Amino acid sequence: MNRQDLKTIIYAEKKKDETNKYKHKICVCCGAGCISSGSEEVMKKLQEEIKTRGLDNEVEVIPTGCMGPCNQGPLMKFLPEYNMYQKVDCSNIHAIVQSQLVDKKPIEDLLLFADSREKPFLDARDDPFYKKQMKIALKNCGHINPEKIEDYLVHNGYQALDKVLFEMNPEDVIAEVKQSRIRGRGGAGYPTGLKWETVYKYVNDQKYVICNGDEGDPGAFMDRSVLEGNPHRVLEGMAIAGYAIGANKGYAYIRGEYPLAIKRFELAIKQAKKIGLLGNNILGTNFSFDVEVRIGAGAFVCGEETALIASIEGKRGTPRPRPPFPAESGLWGKPTLINNVETYAAISPIINNGGEWYSEIGTPKSSGTKVFALAGKINYAGLIEVPMGTTLREIVYDIGGGIQNGEEFKAAQTGGPSGGCIPAEHLDVKMDYESLVSLGSIMGSGGLIIMDKSSDMVDVARFFMEFCMDESCGKCVPCRVGTRMMHDLLQKICDGKATQIDLDRLEELAVYVKETSLCGLGGSAPNPLLSTLRHFREEYEGRIKQHELSELH
Amino acid sequence: MKSGIAVPEKELPKTDPRVKLIAAKLKKENYKADALIEILHTAQNAYGYLPMEVLKYISSALKLPPSRVYSTVTFYHFFSLKSKGEHTCLVCTGTACYVKGAQAILNEIERSLGLKAGQVSADEKLGVQVARCIGACGLAPAVVLDDEVQAKVKPEEIVHKINVKMGVL
Repeated sequence: MNRQDLKTIIYAEKKKDETNKYKHKICVCCGAGCISSGSEEVMKKLQEEIKTRGLDNEVEVIPTGCMGPCNQGPLMKFLPEYNMYQKVDCSNIHAIVQSQLVDKKPIEDLLLFADSREKPFLDARDDPFYKKQMKIALKNCGHINPEKIEDYLVHNGYQALDKVLFEMNPEDVIAEVKQSRIRGRGGAGYPTGLKWETVYKYVNDQKYVICNGDEGDPGAFMDRSVLEGNPHRVLEGMAIAGYAIGANKGYAYIRGEYPLAIKRFELAIKQAKKIGLLGNNILGTNFSFDVEVRIGAGAFVCGEETALIASIEGKRGTPRPRPPFPAESGLWGKPTLINNVETYAAISPIINNGGEWYSEIGTPKSSGTKVFALAGKINYAGLIEVPMGTTLREIVYDIGGGIQNGEEFKAAQTGGPSGGCIPAEHLDVKMDYESLVSLGSIMGSGGLIIMDKSSDMVDVARFFMEFCMDESCGKCVPCRVGTRMMHDLLQKICDGKATQIDLDRLEELAVYVKETSLCGLGGSAPNPLLSTLRHFREEYEGRIKQHELSELH
Repeated sequence: MKSGIAVPEKELPKTDPRVKLIAAKLKKENYKADALIEILHTAQNAYGYLPMEVLKYISSALKLPPSRVYSTVTFYHFFSLKSKGEHTCLVCTGTACYVKGAQAILNEIERSLGLKAGQVSADEKLGVQVARCIGACGLAPAVVLDDEVQAKVKPEEIVHKINVKMGVL
């Protein structure tokens, strides 16, 4: 297929979309969360109801990716009105269809957040949950059928790839990404443009692009939702990266625990290949790019780039010392670019709208938006995307609806097992890379767990240390032995049997493990401990004092 | 790792449909050693776990030492050398589920059914596992019963749900 053919297809699809007979579109959320709450059955019942009423010529029902407020699922929205229904059950389908399509008015009691707001918003976009959000990576998620490439094409899909292949050379693409100032969304926040430029500069007949979909942080499901809800967006980002750095092969490494994401991404690859947007001589140019999926097998350490590479090579996922970095010598010793799913998802908007546009969103040092997975003791849990620099308070109260059961906020955990806790006194912290680091945490991949007073912060530290201990690959002593020792000491503190000496030893160990581990897993394993010691020291010392007192008697 | 694990003598029957699935996958991946993990996934999906005979078959097809295959299998949490049970109950112990009470669910399973995480019942009908996060944090606490995710599970209802799944109720 050449450029003109693509234009013809897109034009035809857009024409079909405009002149289609459908007066209404009903989107049913088929992200993994809503599917688990029964949205597939709801969709089937809805389709039956539409057919029974003879409305299937007027109404189109489509499955979409994640719509956002996951704990209110199954979710369903009627377009063009934008009336969104929550907790939809097969038993209320009949009434909803009757009201929306025949009586032409929504059933307010069943609308989104009707059970918690004074009055639900008829147009869901006006709800505070959505109003403060800005969708870039998640732009089409919840609007398009992720299993149809035509839907993606109609929504400007693959336009960025087209632009890049015909109007830009690799250096131009890298300059645009650099201008956007986008930083890697996997957690480390390394400048993406700089990374691309580094790989580009290495001369080799074979280079690779890898998409890191090994979202191992417990409490994170951003990448999952993007892969399930808009896989073509990620594929397009990978292809653009391949063009920019000079690679003709890509691998998407996706966790084994995400079967739906794997299925949808593999389908997207097949569809793109069939239509000629992937594979040899894309759009009639010299650029060829192929992508293969590699499935993870339950090892958190494989999120680390050198361990991930070892896993793609079919080996035990153990990291190796760097330098050399993957940019110079990665997969099978070749120059390799590794970026996170969310980073690739932001590439086509950057190309379409310009790097300058992206750089003006967010804060001076952290541009663009970030997807967060909001969970824990929050009223509205789910997926959100906000400009960098949005405060934690805005996220918890304006978007998340505050703490469940009217309880008080105690802490927000960011960055998973590599991160830390933000206490209530810092609720006004701006969510950007530097601000979180200054408080002893990190941005991480985007998991944001909200805790109330029922959370014991020493046990939280122990929970994360247990995780790191289990997931340690075992290669280096500081991590293999250190995480175990720190965990045992934390358990001792939790059990009320520790003394001040134990606490001193724990703090000493934390420094050793942090400074001498081979990779980021060990290097950041002490973070939750150090963070809770910094902000909740009284919970540790209280237990020690209590033990010492009890020993005296 | 225990020393002296014997490579089994028995060969797999080529007519077994599960063997055919693995053979097809091996062919699709061109017998490349780096496709080992993909092939192990296919094998575990077919058998429910990874018997030693299957590992021997794979190692010889890929021309890899059996020890190399064994070391890869034992590294990744996903792969199991033992049967996981006819029915599986997987409790998510990710951060969101932990905050919402996953431990209480595990305690209840241990109390009522006598099974801890990683154990299979004596009649091999039920296996209990934990996963560090299945990415369904909006539905915390989450439990996966045989491939179906159960949302917002309460400890007092988990045993009932398990029994329904197993057809005991």
